[in-house]
Amino acid sequence: MRDVAIIAFAQLPAVRRDTEREEVELVQPVVTAALAQAGLDRRDVGFTISGSCDYLLGRPFSFVAALDAVAPWPPIAESHVEMDGAWALYEAWARLQCGDVDTALIYAYGKSSLGELPDVLVQQLDPYYLAPLGADAISLAALQARALLDSGRADERRLAAVAARSRRAAAANPCAQRRSRREVDELLAEPYLVAPLRKHDCPPISDGACAVVLAAGDVARRLVPRPAWIRGIDHRIEPHQLGHRDLTRSPSTAEAAARAGAGPDAAPFDLVELHAPFSHQELILRDALGLPTDDGTADGIDDGDGGDGPAINPSGGALAANPMMVAGLTRLGEAAARLMAGDGRRALAHATSGPCLQQNLVCVLETDGGAP
Amino acid sequence: MDVLSAPYVLEYTYQRSTGPVIGRFLTALRDGRLEGVRTTTGRVLMPPLEYDPATGEATGEPVPLPPDGVVTTWAWVATPRPGHPLDRPFAWALIRIDGADTAMLHAVDAGAADAMRTGMRVTARWRAERTGSILDLACFVPVAGEAP
Amino acid sequence: MSDDAPDAAATAAPVTMVPSHVRLTYTVTAGRHLSSYLRALADRRIVGGRCPVCTKVYLPARGACPTCGVPADQPVEVADRGTVTTFCVIRIPFEAAPFPPPYVAVAILLDGADMPIFHLVRGIAPEEARMGMRVQARWVADDQLGPTLASIRWFELSGEPDAAYETYANHL
Ligand SMILES: [Zn+2]
Repeated sequence: MRDVAIIAFAQLPAVRRDTEREEVELVQPVVTAALAQAGLDRRDVGFTISGSCDYLLGRPFSFVAALDAVAPWPPIAESHVEMDGAWALYEAWARLQCGDVDTALIYAYGKSSLGELPDVLVQQLDPYYLAPLGADAISLAALQARALLDSGRADERRLAAVAARSRRAAAANPCAQRRSRREVDELLAEPYLVAPLRKHDCPPISDGACAVVLAAGDVARRLVPRPAWIRGIDHRIEPHQLGHRDLTRSPSTAEAAARAGAGPDAAPFDLVELHAPFSHQELILRDALGLPTDDGTADGIDDGDGGDGPAINPSGGALAANPMMVAGLTRLGEAAARLMAGDGRRALAHATSGPCLQQNLVCVLETDGGAP
Repeated sequence: MDVLSAPYVLEYTYQRSTGPVIGRFLTALRDGRLEGVRTTTGRVLMPPLEYDPATGEATGEPVPLPPDGVVTTWAWVATPRPGHPLDRPFAWALIRIDGADTAMLHAVDAGAADAMRTGMRVTARWRAERTGSILDLACFVPVAGEAP
Repeated sequence: MSDDAPDAAATAAPVTMVPSHVRLTYTVTAGRHLSSYLRALADRRIVGGRCPVCTKVYLPARGACPTCGVPADQPVEVADRGTVTTFCVIRIPFEAAPFPPPYVAVAILLDGADMPIFHLVRGIAPEEARMGMRVQARWVADDQLGPTLASIRWFELSGEPDAAYETYANHL
């Protein structure tokens, strides 16, 4: 395998409704900023790929409309996934393994504010058994949350603790959307949205965009002082029908982690970025990744300042900002940016896709040598 | 700069082919019957799928099932959305039909959240006018005598 | 049910198709650059955007120049007359057709712009349509102006001699 690293990450602050920008206006600033960080010109990029969803923008082939931002004339090598940008990063990583190009640009954008997000997300469901029911994403996640509560492995207080920690962390992240501090008891006093989920257990509706630059081997070393090397990356998927899965477990996450070098015997991580749009999903993911779900701190949820485990979602995670198709790639970018800044040298980043954690991607990132 | 916006409707009026397995299931629904499908390993999938997700093998013969089952998990919708199957507060539930090894998603018309619990028994309520759709099942309802 | 089953169910054919209707409602935004172009049209002006790197003038202004990747957003007002770079003749009637066919649809390089816009030419027979024709915008009445290209009703011949091919060869 060729050594490939994340060498740059840029994002727009997530907002509930960006009324100013259409596709290319979302993408152009983050692409420009990421390439500037990497010290690359658009013409130097070996491979370009994006992740987005036409249904979000109500515009078939919307990714074509965003292409001007990467200057596709004269022609460039380009690809697109109708998925979260984390899967675009996977394709770019695989492309760099071919050895003939050394750099790749990945970007993702999503504007959930244009349409009715619950109705849009129904379109990702099977059209015979699920979509006709209008089963929205929050309702499906609530079924999963109930199953987890019934299993006895979590209670509503633990879910609220995840949300409270996300908000505490997000207060320090200028790109997060939900940044007001709320205490667990305060959150538990809120009414249910779709029981057993309350509003704070669900992600905000967000508009946003982000971009990542990958580089291989010596090119990465030449361009930036502390590349965040991808030591392993893998993704796995489970059956679509919820009734065919144990919703309280995430075997696809565990399998992807094992193949990415983050299995049960892996060396500890300094920080972890989990793409858990719903609070209970963080607990399911931590379980699947062998990360402690109760580290003995007061709220039982480690936030990097009390327990022994790694810092979980120092960015605030998807509960603090959830631009669709962007939030997964953002986890990889946030983890890498922290390593590149010297905040730790080994990180785990995760992205998810589909209802109730159907598909999961795990990436292990490291910087060279010891502490900075 | 005052940025312009406009309402826009995206509409696709597709017809989808069902294939033989889903078509058979929807035909049974139209007749007011539930029908699962047996896998090569002997499990009964409900709702039926063409291929067994566990093995990738084609599934086999249909298995007639009763209209009754058990709630394996549920969620309470206090404010239904326009696209939801019921226009009053209801529960989503995964329901394992008696004789099936997997659970199906549908709505339970239970009146109030405190009438719901995991493990409760429910039975199908059929729509009078049926067309061959998952919505031929209007919803499920708690079996009489089932107290939470 | 078997094909020859005589029971009542056999009167209804097996289900092989289901309706799968998707209807999604949006509020789309034109973005800053397209909005600036549309707003100007309501004012009887045609305003594009110049790329600060390659200096090309785009109509409308764009969030990124496809060659340079930077916003092409320096406002430039261009003329409401220009040169037809290519055309076609619509002879088939369809629901949204603006006129009974035949009529002529054209790409017009407005004077001062580097990108053609698409519009219709009226007042000539289809067989007279040709590349290089000089045309002039016919705007709608003041009370019908709006932030839309429909503020220009159509283009018609300006009376100038045809432009030489070399003058628009790089804009086809
Ligand atoms: Zn340019």
